[in-house]
Amino acid sequence: MIEVEDAHFSYSNRVEALKGVSLTIKDGEFVSIMGQNGAGKTTLIKHFNGLLKPSQGIVRIDGVDTRKTSIATLARNIGFVFQNPDHQLFSETVEEEIAFALKNFGFETEVIEKRIDWALNLLGLTQYRKTSPFLLSGGERKRVALASVLAWDPKALILDEPTIGQDYQQKEKLRQFIVQMQTQGKTIVIVTHDVEFVAECNSRVLLMKEGIIIADGESREILTDPEVLAQSSIVLPQIAQIFARLSSLGLPKDVIDVYEAKKIILEALEKRRE
Amino acid sequence: MTIIETKRLSYTYPGASKPSISDVSIRVEKGEFVLITGPSGCGKTTLCRCFNGLIPHFYQGELKGEITVANMDVTTHQTYEMAKHVGLVFQNPENQLFALSIEKDVAFGLENLGIDREEMRRRVNWALELTDIFSLRERSPHEVSGGQQQRVAIASVLAMQPEIIVLDEPTSFLDPLSAAKIFDVIYDLKKKLGVTVVLVEHRLDLTAKYADHIVIMDEGKVCFDGDTRTVLSTEETRLLGVGIPKATLLFQLLKKEGVNLSNVTPLSSEELVTLLQGVLKSA
Repeated sequence: MIEVEDAHFSYSNRVEALKGVSLTIKDGEFVSIMGQNGAGKTTLIKHFNGLLKPSQGIVRIDGVDTRKTSIATLARNIGFVFQNPDHQLFSETVEEEIAFALKNFGFETEVIEKRIDWALNLLGLTQYRKTSPFLLSGGERKRVALASVLAWDPKALILDEPTIGQDYQQKEKLRQFIVQMQTQGKTIVIVTHDVEFVAECNSRVLLMKEGIIIADGESREILTDPEVLAQSSIVLPQIAQIFARLSSLGLPKDVIDVYEAKKIILEALEKRRE
Repeated sequence: MTIIETKRLSYTYPGASKPSISDVSIRVEKGEFVLITGPSGCGKTTLCRCFNGLIPHFYQGELKGEITVANMDVTTHQTYEMAKHVGLVFQNPENQLFALSIEKDVAFGLENLGIDREEMRRRVNWALELTDIFSLRERSPHEVSGGQQQRVAIASVLAMQPEIIVLDEPTSFLDPLSAAKIFDVIYDLKKKLGVTVVLVEHRLDLTAKYADHIVIMDEGKVCFDGDTRTVLSTEETRLLGVGIPKATLLFQLLKKEGVNLSNVTPLSSEELVTLLQGVLKSA
């Protein structure tokens, strides 16, 4: 689905934001890209929908070089939700916001109506249909931005910091929603700092630092590796922190799930009693 | 000494059909670190806007009940008077920054207070250093990243050295390590200077350990209010929707299985590790 070969990019003549990134994301994969501020995460994902083109190297989406196609064509397959919803929202009502792209893609009026209903319902926004997006809270505006992209049913979803300003219940909904999208075969890429969210998600994790990828693996493996996380200024998830410090007592290190943690501790206590 | 007190405070935005906060009665003592949390849209931001008088002076609408902050009735004192006592850091830093350089943005509030140049320079540098943006001081606040803008917004408020700092999800764009450093700085100001801190945050994993007092809101109302450990040790399932720290959750799950590690609920992984090491070694 997404292929990046030795991509380099600089915004001006100053610093290179990407210094040779290569990666392949397959159809239907769920990938979390993590790393500290300025590591190049947002720059990288902006290459996935052609908003940015590499100054050196190649980015291919479904086999097509992004330099040889238009953003509009790419957008049909790649839905991009920005970090700050205010950079994306502009319509007078939530409903119009969602309808906008659908109209541009030339959907029929009836289809547009159905898609709006579906997206509003999915993200719990039905009550705000006629409300201005700017009267909503930060977390709600983020969901409007997501709804407007989902409505046109792209093959891949790129979400830049989707958990910012979201409360725990909404994060849980977002997680379930991602799982649901995965079962429909969609490719999902999220950029996030939210280590607890990724720990609950079981995704592939790409760690970035200063414009390159420094680690690539399953969340359980990457999020329990203090050395590699420290390089990206990422704190271990709380459960991993606990197990990193208990490993001298014979407990495993690679635990990120709270229910698994409970089971392991109960078993360890049981054994000691015997 | 009570520094913030609301009595049955309700507020409805102009044109809104129902109040954003209703019957909120809370008390914050001087020098406390208070965490306000709850689902998005629960009224946290609205309540913060009352603390420095943006409500009712900037946002019109209907305010009922009483609110006293730093011994002033907010409804009769203008925002500029409140600003000397209460610094507010907004959720979205772009709404707050406007000057041509980061340094000027941080100095702006001080210029308005009529503070002399030497003192102003000293305070600006102090705030820039605390928030780790001294090297960016000549850049425009609009050309730096979202996380750096949040640092600028925090520095601008710190420079004013208000008695009360109200922060509405101040580090949402920062990576967790940078966020933790900022929270440490703020906690330090509370400890060393006795600053009262009101922090709005969803991420209790990062912040519960700093808070003396927690207020949990839902649909405009206060549903839990009290000492952080006491509130987070209640087994109410509603609390799960708040996302209590994973260490606290693990402690509670073990307790349900009959493993009572302590009578004091841990709020951080460090605290839980100490308890677990105790039982695992002795067993």
